[in-house]
Amino acid sequence: MKKIITYSLVGLFILVMSCNKDIIESNSDYPELAPATQDINGGDWKPFIVSSSAGFAMPAPEAVNSSSYQEELKELKTLSSNITSEQRKIIDYWKVGSVLRWNEIMRQLVAKHNVPPYQNEDGTYPVPSAANPFSYPEFPFSNPPYAARAYAYLSLAQYDALIHAWKYKTQYNRPAPYKTDPSIEVSVTKNELPSYPSEDAVVSGASFELMKLLFPADIDYIKEMAEQEKTYRLWSGANVKSDLAAGDSLGRWVARQVIQRAKTDGMGVAGGNPAIWTKLEADCIAKGETPWISLETPKRPPMLPLFGNVKPLLFDPAIIASLRPGPPPSATSPQMRKELDEVLDFTSNPTKERMRIVNFWADGVATYTPVGHWNAIASDDFVNMQLSEIRWARNYALLNSSLMDAAIICWNTKYFYFNARPCQLDPRIKTLTGVPNFPAYISGHSTFSAAAATILGYLAPERSADYTMMATEASNSRMYGGIHYRADCEVGLQTGQKIGNLAIDRAKTDGSN
Amino acid sequence: MKIFVANLVKLGLTILILFPVTLKAQTEQDALMMGKQRLCVAGSYAYNSWEEYWEGTFKRNNDNIGKLSTQTGMLMLNYGISNDLNIMASLPYMSTKATRGTLSGLHGFQDFSVFVKWRPLKKQFGNQTVALLGVAGYSAPTNDYNIDFMPMTVGLGSKVLSGRLIADYKYKKIFATISAAYMHRGNVEIDRPAYYTDRQINSSMVKMPDAGNFQLRTGYRTSHNIAELFIDNMTSFGGFDIRKNDMPFVSNEMNSTRLGIEGKHYLNNLPSLGFHANVWTTVSGRNVGKATGFLAGIDYIIDFNSSKAK
Repeated sequence: MKKIITYSLVGLFILVMSCNKDIIESNSDYPELAPATQDINGGDWKPFIVSSSAGFAMPAPEAVNSSSYQEELKELKTLSSNITSEQRKIIDYWKVGSVLRWNEIMRQLVAKHNVPPYQNEDGTYPVPSAANPFSYPEFPFSNPPYAARAYAYLSLAQYDALIHAWKYKTQYNRPAPYKTDPSIEVSVTKNELPSYPSEDAVVSGASFELMKLLFPADIDYIKEMAEQEKTYRLWSGANVKSDLAAGDSLGRWVARQVIQRAKTDGMGVAGGNPAIWTKLEADCIAKGETPWISLETPKRPPMLPLFGNVKPLLFDPAIIASLRPGPPPSATSPQMRKELDEVLDFTSNPTKERMRIVNFWADGVATYTPVGHWNAIASDDFVNMQLSEIRWARNYALLNSSLMDAAIICWNTKYFYFNARPCQLDPRIKTLTGVPNFPAYISGHSTFSAAAATILGYLAPERSADYTMMATEASNSRMYGGIHYRADCEVGLQTGQKIGNLAIDRAKTDGSN
Repeated sequence: MKIFVANLVKLGLTILILFPVTLKAQTEQDALMMGKQRLCVAGSYAYNSWEEYWEGTFKRNNDNIGKLSTQTGMLMLNYGISNDLNIMASLPYMSTKATRGTLSGLHGFQDFSVFVKWRPLKKQFGNQTVALLGVAGYSAPTNDYNIDFMPMTVGLGSKVLSGRLIADYKYKKIFATISAAYMHRGNVEIDRPAYYTDRQINSSMVKMPDAGNFQLRTGYRTSHNIAELFIDNMTSFGGFDIRKNDMPFVSNEMNSTRLGIEGKHYLNNLPSLGFHANVWTTVSGRNVGKATGFLAGIDYIIDFNSSKAK
């Protein structure tokens, strides 16, 4: 008897220990990039920022019959044969697509850095410094506006760089190495795209250059990934070193042009200063309204109050007043009381389904933000669309320029009206998610989501109705969670849609159709 | 701290006096058994709260939470299949509340647990008694309560398979019980499609670290009374630290060491009725609140065997 029990206990223990608890990630079974078309005319598409590469000295490639190229082929043959399982894993990772993988890397870094700084002893808050990124608080605090801008510039740099790469590809028309030497072992699907400059190296170079500024504390990781991607092209037999060197230089050069634009877009002063914070409050009071106050203890300065003045990507800053919606219901109006009662009802009677929706769309601290969430949603759909690298980049560029501009118009509106959150006006309201540290009107989630749903509905029309439904749910989640009024959400959706439509206007005339 | 411990002891003694200690209402953690064909029905109320907590090893308070309190009402059944084999089941209802900030409290039924407790060995040598016990347990959430809104959530939402070994030694009325448990936790599913631990994970499934529980209980024990001191340690085998000012997460490495006193008493003139109470405090921890709490409960024993001579 004792033996039986001992054995069964040991057996149970072994069974339990052997249970595989490893998580299978949603992006682990993405298929290899297999473009339906290589969009070979991509060199004629319209760039966002870097309209010409005339300032870049692109060296002409050596001819395929030159001795130097033959040397490169010989070296490639060695590098691409006898692939180890470790190398195979790296190849399988990157062959899914360069632009997609960098989007995922970006989402990871945004999530990593999306943590608000802890207060100082005296109740003030330290501000992360790009000049000193490694010491606490690590730079950056990648909150939603920071993230929106980061995703946008990364996508734009990749897209513009690929347009110039495609132009050189068709100009020089160097065939892939395996076309010249069929005996090369190739670990990716062969294609007809000219190989000079390497599109992977272009994306790797552009991404490295941009991301080391956006996430300087992670420079080692970013560098490792950038190098790994270029090495993968050698191991897979897809590019020779001169393809990679040219691509890398071009990508970096384009990124540096984008960085010039980013440095003068107004982000540097978006945090404001105590005088500006006080003035926002005074202006609101002068209008006879109840100003927003931070609901954190100690009180935290408002998040990036001047982000609404950052230079937009899709529209002229002069029209911002025409895009900005009219005022929210006055804090003491019957309409506001009605909206407050609705929020109070949601938070006093939470249902499981509503809490699920709140959690699904929370995208708060330590997440990739709503902007990253919509990038994730888009990525899951783009993988099924057999896009070329350049069209992947275009899709993300359109999505993320919409999201950055949505952030700009949303922040502009928030600080123009500077109104209070529901639980400031009615402390009986207890929230089911964290209260963001900025004014309520209009809802960021709603603005982001409608902008994303609108442009994505254009890029993937068969999913259009789903996107609209998701945007509505994301918007409602903020009421269910007790942090937004209905007006914030509804007007946020309308405003976001306007931005999405601006992106559609651009998409229709960018030469890619 | 000294004064605090002194007060805690005083409070504990007061409780012991107020609820002249019980026992036989056993938990899966002690060395006590319910007799054959006897059913113990136990109801308890527990309260704990914390103002300080640990983000990794960094101890802090948070004025956006103030004091976070948890109240628990629990029903537990323990039936003696034989004198050496018991089966027990429990179901807690919990509610949480923060005194400051905007976060809403949550409430609801938590996890249903079943334990089978077996005592293969009990030997007496004069004044000394030695016993060895094994406990196998399983617990599972009774509903899909919110697990992605920590620290306001009522539980971790994980199914747990556990095994515990208990050794008990008694000399006259003084005893010591040591036990160690391994808890195998099932993965949990959260409501969002991605989350960050020490890296981004693109899945709604969360790998839960297994955990160990180690306990020493020692004190005075007769058939009607128990007064004991306990030290209890929970250690996660894996998981990650809450970063500075980050939110807590279900798969954090949650460790804690608690110190407490406990008493049980069965009435002399109505031996089927008993009371039990404890009071405890957290002395060290990682990614948990520095909680202090108490429990008070009442047990009633139904003897399905009462017609027979005892």
